[in-house]
Amino acid sequence: MNLFINFLIAAVFAGTPLLFGTIGEIMNEKAGHLNLGVEGMMALGACAGFMAGFISNNFIIALLAAFAAGMLGALIYGILTITYMADQNVTGLTLTIFGIGLSNFVGEFMLTKLNTNSLKLPDLITTQISNIDIPVLSDIPVLGPLLFQYNPFVYLGIAVAVICSLYLNHTKMGLNVRAIGENPGAADAAGIKVIKLKYFNVLLGGGICGIGGAYCSMIINGGVWMSNSVNGAGWISVALVIFATWSPLKAIFGSFIFGAFNILKYYSPKTLFVVPNAFYDMLPFIITALVLVVSSIRKSKESTQPASCGVNYFREER
Amino acid sequence: MNNINKKAKEPLVRTVKRAERSKIEILKLRIIAFMLALVAGGLFILLIGFNPFELYLTIIAGAFRSKMAIQATIKIMIPLLMSSLGIILAFKMRFWNIGAEGQIIMGAIFSSYFALFHSDWPHALLLVVMFAAGFIGGSLWGLLPAYFKSKYNTNETLFTLMLNYIALHVISYLRDGPWQDPGSSGFPKIARFIANAQLDKVFGVQFGWIIGLVLVFVIFIYMKYTKQGYEISVVGESQATAKYAGMNVKKIVLRTMMLSGGICGVTGVIQSAGSDMTLASSVAGGVGFTAIIVAWLANLNPFGILLVSFLFSVLEKGSSVMQSTFGLSTYSASVLQGIILFFILGCEFFIRYKFVFRSKGGVKA
Repeated sequence: MNLFINFLIAAVFAGTPLLFGTIGEIMNEKAGHLNLGVEGMMALGACAGFMAGFISNNFIIALLAAFAAGMLGALIYGILTITYMADQNVTGLTLTIFGIGLSNFVGEFMLTKLNTNSLKLPDLITTQISNIDIPVLSDIPVLGPLLFQYNPFVYLGIAVAVICSLYLNHTKMGLNVRAIGENPGAADAAGIKVIKLKYFNVLLGGGICGIGGAYCSMIINGGVWMSNSVNGAGWISVALVIFATWSPLKAIFGSFIFGAFNILKYYSPKTLFVVPNAFYDMLPFIITALVLVVSSIRKSKESTQPASCGVNYFREER
Repeated sequence: MNNINKKAKEPLVRTVKRAERSKIEILKLRIIAFMLALVAGGLFILLIGFNPFELYLTIIAGAFRSKMAIQATIKIMIPLLMSSLGIILAFKMRFWNIGAEGQIIMGAIFSSYFALFHSDWPHALLLVVMFAAGFIGGSLWGLLPAYFKSKYNTNETLFTLMLNYIALHVISYLRDGPWQDPGSSGFPKIARFIANAQLDKVFGVQFGWIIGLVLVFVIFIYMKYTKQGYEISVVGESQATAKYAGMNVKKIVLRTMMLSGGICGVTGVIQSAGSDMTLASSVAGGVGFTAIIVAWLANLNPFGILLVSFLFSVLEKGSSVMQSTFGLSTYSASVLQGIILFFILGCEFFIRYKFVFRSKGGVKA
């Protein structure tokens, strides 16, 4: 029983970066932009968040830096695809290669510059990002550890998911964004500021991805800088969007389920069956591939990609 | 009143299509974009406290400073050139094969089986079998997403991507398990191929470069002068048109992805048996992704790919020299590559469109 609860908790931790990435990509796709740069924006956020935290020793500054870095990555993508109407696939991929490259480059640059062989977050910020402890609530058996003992990122992620869900489904602006995602020409004719809203959503999505990256660099390796800390989480997030049927709320459960696949190898009963570690490592990717196939076989109208996704909007051709 | 209203409605800048530019103009635009990218990269270098001219010169000098350096540059170029050539077949069809990485790995795995366990076969036979196995491995890894794409319209971008990671973990499974070299101490690894299973050298570099060069011409002719090549571009332009013209779209997609993946698989053979001399998990090492940038920069033209992959290899080799000279990470190469492609992507816009600013006298077309 205890092992099972630990497993669930570990799944939430492993799923949190995926949650940020998934919501970020949902924001993009709802505005009609298939952004394959999630991995890159997360890498940028990972680097900016870690370095800002390392220098300022302040969690809020680290968060803001990660958000800004993700947003800057998204800005490059936005300018190229929204204003310059460049191919979304290629632009996103380039952003990924560029983002990972820049993130690792800055990391190694800091290492040589400070003449050390490892960067570790200072103590104050480490306590700020460590698991919280609420009196009474955290001490409830089972429910306490399961609900009230995570680090601030986890609660932030869930809050972001809820806010984004409200934004997309219950605000005028969010509904306008969804209209743009389905048919930008019609939205434009109805007086919606297509370009402005597209930029807003793409940048917001990028910022959220950046925070997910900060989780990877600040939490996963125990506060020590490592190159390639995002390590595919961004790509899984892009696929998770499909699994979550473009709903931020479903993304919460989707990412925790995928988090569970990520850490399964540490919790599977070794006495019952022995499977090579490599198999567990490929499991999330196999499941993602299966999700892709299954969701394409049974297409339902409500849960499908926004219609204009991947197609750039050229006003004079509507 | 009326006048004010009208003014408020016309945006400051709007985008309109422009008349087609000539080839020279397009080339000029691209060169300008490339220069701007170098300037942007230079600003970045300046920002981190180095002299951009010195660094750029180091890159170029680093790639050509000796015979050894030139051979190393060519060695980097071979897999990049080959996998880009493989990718353009799929891209021309608007099939976003970003799984070159996985296809390279699968090709390497299939051929490594023979290199490891049948290394006593006659050299020529062994190499032929290895190349065939590599082709099959890569093409199987390419056919899988192609099948689901053509049957259920499954998103090929993500599918091919997932296959990359799966392939990568297949190597680590083989390395930690059945193919582990019992003689290795420390980290588990796969045994080094014996000389009989290695590719021969021509002019000091493994003969993969000859295959690459030949392939440039073969792909060029295939795409431009054969029926199959024509079918690829029709499917790429419009599947509806292709269907209307009586083409079997499904068959074309499958056949093209088989070739595209197969060529990437052969790249894996060349890299593992020609350069690494073993099956390492870094056999693809990001080449599959860089190849996408190369293919796009070259405008999906085989000769363009020859040029761009050469430039990129100079950049990669040079960046390793930059690391030893200035202590800057080799990731600077991917940063620069990204910047270059960003600018080229941006400049494509000016080939087809132009901005029109609001003029004072009202609308002028």
